[in-house]
Amino acid sequence: MSNPDSLKFSAENFDAIDQIVNKYNSDKGAAIMILQQVQATYGYIGQSMLERISQLTGIPTSELFSIVTFYSQFRLEPLGENFIQVCHGTACHLAGAERISEAVQHVTEAKPGHTSPDGKFTLEHVACLGCCSHGPIMTLNNETFARMTPEKVKKMLKQKVEDKGFVEQSQSQSRLTEGRELSE
Amino acid sequence: MNEHANSTSANTSGVTTVVNVGLASCGIAAGAQKVYDTFKTALEGLAVELTFSGCMGMCYNEPLVEVRSLNGGRYIYGKVQPEQVARIVHEHIQGGTPIMDWVVYSDRIKTPDADFIDKQQRIILKHCGVVNPENIDSYLSVGGYKAIEKALKSMTPEQVIEEISRSGLRGRGGAGFPTGTKWSFARKSPGREKYVICNADEGDPGAFMDRSVLESNPHSVLEGMLIAGYAMGAENGYIYIRAEYPLAIKRLKIAIAQALEKGYLGSHILDSNFSFNIMIREGAGAFVCGEETALIASVEGKRGMPRIRPPFPAQSGVWGKPTSINNVETFANVPWIILNGGDSFSRFGTENSKGTKVFALAGSIARGGLVEVPMGITINEIVYDVGGGLSSGRKLKAVQTGGPSGGCIPASLADTQVDYDSLKKIGAIMGSGGMLIMDDSTCMVDVAKFFLKFTKSESCGKCTFCRVGTKQLLKILERITNGEGRDGDIELLEELGQKISAGALCGLGQTVPNPVLTTIKYFRHEYEAHIFDKACPAKKCKALISYQVLADACKGCGRCSRECPTGAITGEKKMPFTINQEMCARCGLCISVCKFNAITVTTGKERGEVKGV
Repeated sequence: MSNPDSLKFSAENFDAIDQIVNKYNSDKGAAIMILQQVQATYGYIGQSMLERISQLTGIPTSELFSIVTFYSQFRLEPLGENFIQVCHGTACHLAGAERISEAVQHVTEAKPGHTSPDGKFTLEHVACLGCCSHGPIMTLNNETFARMTPEKVKKMLKQKVEDKGFVEQSQSQSRLTEGRELSE
Repeated sequence: MNEHANSTSANTSGVTTVVNVGLASCGIAAGAQKVYDTFKTALEGLAVELTFSGCMGMCYNEPLVEVRSLNGGRYIYGKVQPEQVARIVHEHIQGGTPIMDWVVYSDRIKTPDADFIDKQQRIILKHCGVVNPENIDSYLSVGGYKAIEKALKSMTPEQVIEEISRSGLRGRGGAGFPTGTKWSFARKSPGREKYVICNADEGDPGAFMDRSVLESNPHSVLEGMLIAGYAMGAENGYIYIRAEYPLAIKRLKIAIAQALEKGYLGSHILDSNFSFNIMIREGAGAFVCGEETALIASVEGKRGMPRIRPPFPAQSGVWGKPTSINNVETFANVPWIILNGGDSFSRFGTENSKGTKVFALAGSIARGGLVEVPMGITINEIVYDVGGGLSSGRKLKAVQTGGPSGGCIPASLADTQVDYDSLKKIGAIMGSGGMLIMDDSTCMVDVAKFFLKFTKSESCGKCTFCRVGTKQLLKILERITNGEGRDGDIELLEELGQKISAGALCGLGQTVPNPVLTTIKYFRHEYEAHIFDKACPAKKCKALISYQVLADACKGCGRCSRECPTGAITGEKKMPFTINQEMCARCGLCISVCKFNAITVTTGKERGEVKGV
């Protein structure tokens, strides 16, 4: 994922888009489903991908662009090596989500909604993950951590910051673990 | 998980004990999957059935494990860690003696936590945390799909609608429109092609009722949709669900596949002339899509922008066809009403609000979780009797219902009854069921700002008042919390709020100002303190507070200095440290790491004194 531009002309990558469109295009109103599947495959939706989808579906690129910019789920930038979500639901807000976000930003230098300059971390604020009794909630590479504190954030991410190797994005089912044990 | 999707009944092949681990997202976040895996190893070779369910409701005690035996009662263990599993297996399952210190609920003895369950009235949640959500047989074993059978075999569609109307069921998504009326509009609309939509776009931050129901008992929602389809004459249904709920989506897909296989979905259901199919549409993260016309646009693959009504969806909804949109919880009530009768349902509740309501109880509450209570219960009863009071030991300050569209109810009005009309009267709303308990460390201006920040970014942009008005409301709130509030700002917020309500097309815009207006109404003095005294009474607003080392208490250990992300704390070992106010980012890390309570937060006047030190 180091250089996404080099990937976009690869025939193999367009194949995946072609397959997705073929699978869903017979459904009425499939635009959002197609975009969701494309993002699930590539981690983001780039300009050239929108153009390819437009070619295949006949939906104008401008309309597709208006959809991906309307819904917060869609990302126009590639993901960093590590994907962090900090829940900013009401319960998490009251429990100190802001401090968790700040700690993440401080350690990773990633701004909310963006990827850090070194490409290692993408930080996203999410509205609510529905684990309100265990806030503040944070996810790291789809693993959920409960009752976070800025100290736990530091401890957790420090290792990833130092990690020079490529951390593969887990495509499998979300694994969830408790943050509590990280404090020790 | 699938290979364990076995039956929950304890009477298979000599098995007398069932171990049931709660595996909904919140349980899993608390570590329940590890507990489940540990049991799996520990129970190998024993005549014990290991199964899992969704949410048992006691979120504050997750991970939860229930041990049921045919003759030995039901015992639920709370906060179970993998290390505890061996002892539970040895002493309780093999030895027959439950470990009472760890038991949080049992049908045999009254535990200190028993009120949490016993004070509830569980209709929708009755089988949540009991049935295996990934196994249709488990749902069938508790009478699942009996309601659709009854409807198809012994009721006309009109009778179904009549029964729902008689129950007094109103929409649980927040608006409270009578469900029977909604269905009858859709039934009366001409045309053969009609749609049932289940709104599972649970967008209110702080609400997780729908997620829990879908993760714990998805078939009950499917059955409710089937009955709606039969009543309205619709053959197709959509479930519009947030993409942020991957486990709920997974379990719904399993449930739909199993229902198709067993003939509860598809064509000629139970050998009748009724056919019904359900499709899932994943929401892509837009709060406004909870509004029905926006939701319809999103189902059609477009931007989720609300449109003017009429025509109402019952006349022209998805693909221009008659459509009825109901919330998850509304559907989950339907099978019970059909089986037990509308009159049984309307025995619960108040004159105009019948039945029960599920709330997601969170915030500073001792026993946070999913609770189902009869309409008409007071807020105090929910907070103290069910919820066990505040977790922090602090004083109750406010209760927030209805999420970003709702209001903040002050502690002084906590004897208000929870029903559609009483809550509306005091400026709040029932909402979808989020109920946040706030203690006196909460800054109400900050809460209003929090909601506005959310609604500002979620406004779809169609109506000027909502698009620009939310931005201005937020701007004013930001300047107040930044210590730059002006005389007249409160009045400006009130005026703008009223105008946004009047000038917006959809429910989102019309209710956007509620958090601001209710906090001004009940906590005006806090706004005034921010504006005139430059003080945040709850010590939350960063621009109005300072952190200071208490020289008497500081042992000079240097821990805060090492942890401080901005290097603002300096000093010599064994001497009191000092905080450089210019450099301090007010993150509060120093307070959480200090073992001697030697750091304090000041605001307003006393802060000036500190600055002078």
